[in-house]
Amino acid sequence: MTDLPASLLDWFATRGWDLHPHQRAMLDRATAPSLLLIAPTGGGKTLAGFLPTLAELAEAPKPGLHTLYVSPLKALAADIKRNLGTPIAEANLPIRVEDRTGDTPASRKKRQRADPPHILLTTPESLALLTSYEDAHRMFAGLERVVIDEIHALAESKRGDQLMLALARLQTLAPNLRRVGLSATVDDPDRIATLLARHPDRCEILEADPGPDPDIEMLVTETPPPWSGGGAKYAIPAVLDEVKRHKTTLIFHNTRAQAEIFFHNLWLANEEALPIGIHHGSLDRAQRERVEAAMVAGELRAIVCTGSLDLGIDWGDVDLVIQVGAPKNVKRLVQRIGRANHRYNAPSKALLVPANRFEVVECVAALQAVKERDLDGDPPGPGPRDVLCQHILIAACAGPFDADMLYAEMISAGAYAGLTRARFDACLDFCATGGYALRAYDQWRRIVQRPDGLWQLRDPRASQRIRMNIGTIQDTDTLKVRMRGRGGKPLGEVEEGFAAQLSKGDTFLIGGQIVRYEGLREMVVEVSRDAAQKPKIATFMGTKFATSTQLSHRIVRMCQQEDWPELPTHTADWLKLQRDVSRLPEPGRLLIESFPHDGREQLVVYGFAGRNAQQTLGLLLTKRMEEEGQAPMGFVATDYATLIWGLDAVTDPRPLFDMERLEAGLDGWLAGNAVMKRTFRASAHIAGLLERQVGGTRKTGKQATMSSDILYDTLLKYDPDHLLMQITREEAMRGLVDFDRIREMKARVGDRIDLERLTRVTPLAAPLFLEPGRVPIRGSADERLLEEEVTRLLDESGLAQVDTAPKPRRPIPS
Amino acid sequence: MNRLAFTFHGATLEALGSGALYWPAHGLLVVSDLHLGKCARLSAGGGAALPPYDARETLTRLATDLDATGATRVICLGDSFDTAEIGAVLPEDERAWITRLQAGREWTWVEGNHDPGPVGLGGTHLREARHGALHFRHIAQADAHGGGEVSGHYHPKARIALRGRTLSRPCFLVDSRRLVMPAYGAYTGGLCTRSPVLSALMDADAQAILCGPKPARLPMPRAQQPRRRAS
Repeated sequence: MTDLPASLLDWFATRGWDLHPHQRAMLDRATAPSLLLIAPTGGGKTLAGFLPTLAELAEAPKPGLHTLYVSPLKALAADIKRNLGTPIAEANLPIRVEDRTGDTPASRKKRQRADPPHILLTTPESLALLTSYEDAHRMFAGLERVVIDEIHALAESKRGDQLMLALARLQTLAPNLRRVGLSATVDDPDRIATLLARHPDRCEILEADPGPDPDIEMLVTETPPPWSGGGAKYAIPAVLDEVKRHKTTLIFHNTRAQAEIFFHNLWLANEEALPIGIHHGSLDRAQRERVEAAMVAGELRAIVCTGSLDLGIDWGDVDLVIQVGAPKNVKRLVQRIGRANHRYNAPSKALLVPANRFEVVECVAALQAVKERDLDGDPPGPGPRDVLCQHILIAACAGPFDADMLYAEMISAGAYAGLTRARFDACLDFCATGGYALRAYDQWRRIVQRPDGLWQLRDPRASQRIRMNIGTIQDTDTLKVRMRGRGGKPLGEVEEGFAAQLSKGDTFLIGGQIVRYEGLREMVVEVSRDAAQKPKIATFMGTKFATSTQLSHRIVRMCQQEDWPELPTHTADWLKLQRDVSRLPEPGRLLIESFPHDGREQLVVYGFAGRNAQQTLGLLLTKRMEEEGQAPMGFVATDYATLIWGLDAVTDPRPLFDMERLEAGLDGWLAGNAVMKRTFRASAHIAGLLERQVGGTRKTGKQATMSSDILYDTLLKYDPDHLLMQITREEAMRGLVDFDRIREMKARVGDRIDLERLTRVTPLAAPLFLEPGRVPIRGSADERLLEEEVTRLLDESGLAQVDTAPKPRRPIPS
Repeated sequence: MNRLAFTFHGATLEALGSGALYWPAHGLLVVSDLHLGKCARLSAGGGAALPPYDARETLTRLATDLDATGATRVICLGDSFDTAEIGAVLPEDERAWITRLQAGREWTWVEGNHDPGPVGLGGTHLREARHGALHFRHIAQADAHGGGEVSGHYHPKARIALRGRTLSRPCFLVDSRRLVMPAYGAYTGGLCTRSPVLSALMDADAQAILCGPKPARLPMPRAQQPRRRAS
């Protein structure tokens, strides 16, 4: 069973390849019911996962699905197909490999269900969809192995939870199924092993030699980085020099917007016209595929990219990885660095390019952490129930099910091992009745119990809509962008919220080009080419990464130093300037800065309590400010500070920090807040209360969108204990709200609150103004601004004079 | 008080922050596009299971406005029910609730495109209603030469920029001839005043009255008007 076919060994030999020890070990342990391989990137991890499959299939090929490979990225599935195809073809093995993702044509998908290949490469969402078909039991009956690649990336998300529920399903259909997980280096292998194995089975863990330490440095430039901003434009010449010095460079960014801006600037400075591409998740598929193909062919010298290239895609000869912007998270940094020098036992080479001076401090802290092998990560809680609701609906699509059996299946998934029957029943009830306190009518029953006790869909036609909404990825809603005119070229996607703010003539960046907004047609953003050198508006937002707590602790410690020999002079000077014009955060005290900026009053609270706690602090302080009539308009939180803006200046922060009053309204205020509504929206989509897709397209115009905010408000009012409200609170408590850390912070600082009233933005506050994820507060400020605008407009149009109706009253402070 | 008084076609009317219109001289409260039963319709197809509380929410608002104004006459200006059939299958306690609101009031259902024909509840059913110099119909007529037309149907919603922040609210639209009412029902969504349809319908001097805690009046934001930037 564990021997490789001779033809494959020959093929290896002609290439001069030897099996790594961990690849050998995977063959030796091929019969383990579940096995987790931890190996650094470039260690031939994926091949190690497939070797037992190749051995078994070469020995006794039989028709039907043998191995299912699941990866978090579509691109990865395509890439593996290519890499696996070569040895199979050249060693003449009778093995058929196919991929199946959202991009696979429908005709091939249909054929795959009737006649599955030996090895099917897919994504968690496509797998969930496969298990929803009535013929799933036929397709998976002979399944021997499932290989989950990059399981560390899935383990932290709902996609992973959904995948593990699908595995539980597969295990029922194919009881002898063996599970294999492939993971990059992680801090806690046992946790991933628990998720992978069927609960309560044990999971074997195989750790490969981690290889040499990476060669990683901060890029030092002549020009100092700016105080704030994420563009890193200052570093363009230095980055271009590095690109010229290397064969292929990957330039990672934390957000798509930053990648677009950087690519644009890089292109403007690229006088030698080096072939440089851009790759991120919002680009049109054809465009992404072109870049991927060019890269595999070795035609590109550099690719500006985001997390879409984060995971183990084998892009040939990458010999340098550049990370622009602070890495935010040491674990991810190490995994990204692994992209360079895809040869085992050769150190990876990477450069960090901080985008502003605060990020210089963050980068230095991250480098120290990498040297000390201090990987970060917060353990996630138990499996979320919105995913469970979706899974119940998926099960119902596949055919009538028995609730007891489904429950037993679910608790065999590690993340749901602790799920009580009562909590499961609540999810079942949600699917069956909508879960409303009000008595149920037929129309809210999605599944019904038959006389024989089995559950089935009330309306079989519903299965199509359920399938269309499978998945847990919570991008905000996006709109497609296309060149104007008949058959205009698709360019990619932008967030709906960004598109809503555009007026005709506005320019923005997408796919490295500047385009002009022409209008919205049938929910497609139409644009034309524009020759402008400078886009007027920053582009869409992208993902927001949190700095890990470990990193922010390191940063506070650095702030307390007398001097900073480890930092570049410009950054040390910048910290000294902060100390001169305001002050640096100190242990046992709370620093607050207040200054006018951008037509608003700004308040910065440096709590260094981590993003969740700082976010909660933002929620609570704005509540107190609203009570005090200070008209707050919104806030944004980072791991080290909360920035609040509003109409009035805060002159005495002490009343705001009255713990009793802070806590008094916590529940009520949290319940009505934008953060909670955002959480609700995500869970409502996953659980199937709201539908993203109806009939394949989204409608536009009146009554088209059922606003999730309004649904949330109504449920809060009439049915606050509804399952979706419970889930929203659970999600919030899972990390969103870290009230204990605020209490602890208040206890630590007591009344030692230092308010610095200043005339302008301080060095330390500057980066906060470009932080994404701003939370609006809609309260008295809206009314005051509206009054102001109405008065202005009426004065301007002269209406105020000619109108006979009562004039708007003066603003009344509330 | 949460009202804004204005004159339209010689009548002094009050726009309520909730989206209702009150005419004190006639003791008349007008509400449009209640869309009762909308969630039930959307949930019926086996799709999303939207909360069935929309009718409660809408009727609670209506009861509050009736109390506050002491109105003796009510006009529901069409699309009161999301489908004509829903009026008949509305849950018993919601039907009873409507009957309680109707007690002692002259109640008129004007038919809309969603609910043509009688809806199986008390009150008068009309295609159009008339009080004083004002006409009440669901959809504005293309030529409103007579003037004084009050209609609904479009669910107008205004979006305005306030020093860099955008505010979007249901609104009344009013010019010298027409008054278009916002949708009163919960979960009803809206059509932006900048849409070509509304921009073409309303005269150049049209104003928008925004619903909210304090109704506010301003020139109607329109399609052709270049967008104002926050300064």
